[in-house]
Amino acid sequence: MKMRHLEITVGFFMAAGLVALFFLAMQVSNLASISGEEGYEVTARFDNIGGLKVRSPVSMAGVRIGRVSGIRYDQTSYEAVVTLSIDPKYNQIPDDSIAKIYTSGLLGEQYIGLDPGGSLENLAQGSELTLTQSALVLEEIIGQFLFSKAEENAFSSDP
Amino acid sequence: MLDTLARFGRLGLSALERLGRGHLLLVQILLGIGSLLTRLGLLISQIHSIGVRTTTIIIVSGLFVGMVLGLQGYYVLSQFGAEDSLGVMVAASLVRELGPVVTALLFAGRAGSALTAEIGLMKATEQLSGLEMMAVDPVRRILTPRFYAGFVSMPLLAAMFSAVGVIGGYFVSVGLLGVDDGAFWSQMQSKIDWGEDVINGVIKSFVFGFVCAWIALFQGYDAVPTSSGVSEATTRTVVHSSLAVLVLDFVLTALMFGE
Repeated sequence: MKMRHLEITVGFFMAAGLVALFFLAMQVSNLASISGEEGYEVTARFDNIGGLKVRSPVSMAGVRIGRVSGIRYDQTSYEAVVTLSIDPKYNQIPDDSIAKIYTSGLLGEQYIGLDPGGSLENLAQGSELTLTQSALVLEEIIGQFLFSKAEENAFSSDP
Repeated sequence: MLDTLARFGRLGLSALERLGRGHLLLVQILLGIGSLLTRLGLLISQIHSIGVRTTTIIIVSGLFVGMVLGLQGYYVLSQFGAEDSLGVMVAASLVRELGPVVTALLFAGRAGSALTAEIGLMKATEQLSGLEMMAVDPVRRILTPRFYAGFVSMPLLAAMFSAVGVIGGYFVSVGLLGVDDGAFWSQMQSKIDWGEDVINGVIKSFVFGFVCAWIALFQGYDAVPTSSGVSEATTRTVVHSSLAVLVLDFVLTALMFGE
């Protein structure tokens, strides 16, 4: 009787531990949404990717349709080559869509947004997005702003 | 002059000797798994006294740690208008760090010290040599089940700690501070990665379980068989386990999360 009582409490303990692990997997982490991982891959070339990272989201009209699966640097063209892995259920994306790097909010992370083009062909495994727009780099914008401001002042102070 | 040098050398030699004895004991304990598998009853009763009876303290402290994280995180995040990320902060710090580490520290205090005292007392009252007289290997009969029970219990306890902590954080942030329910969970799910965060936390707790159980058993087995020797060994268990856990946590974190 004593042993049986022990076995029951130990079984309960181990079950509670596994339930806790299951809770961490399903409710806390992204394991539940990982199923659509195997998507088709397309590449895009950017002059500057800013703070884009592997695993950053790819979205269309604000809906997440995939994620960045690889980033590498092409030494011959001095560009960044970004591989996007897109969920196979979104297979109606025109192949002349424009890939732009956006920032979510002022301090948020960067993501790739696709704006649909007008082509009748759809993106498939291995296709390349040729129309891209680089990330906005804050320092460059401020530099341009200061430059134009200085130019303005130079003109107005001229007699 | 030479005397102090000799004392210093003796200190170094005895430290090395202890280290060697500790590793030999570990090998003996690990090799005992074969005979343990034929007598699972021993393992179950040890999981009961090591794991099950530590559950209460783990769950209560997990709940309160999660609640405090919610309160403190809200204080900082609300200054940036980023209260919605509170779930991420609570879950990430629990799953990655606090879950394994605090569980290991509590485990060393609650179960490790008890293990050392039990085995040290067995040695002092000559129960261990009694077993040897009856041709029963005390390492296999006494130490191995306790070691594996600690090794198995720790990850389960750490998972409970993290899960309860997240629920505690949820109560405070959504119930008390008015963070949006959906944002709390969805931000958490999009930022916490199963492989990167949760699995690494589980690996950490396996390592801590291994080290804590090993230190506790070795200190007990190696204790001077007097009442003051056992009390010293118990103190050493708690101190050494806590230090080992914190140092190893730094090393593991640097290996796992450093890019």
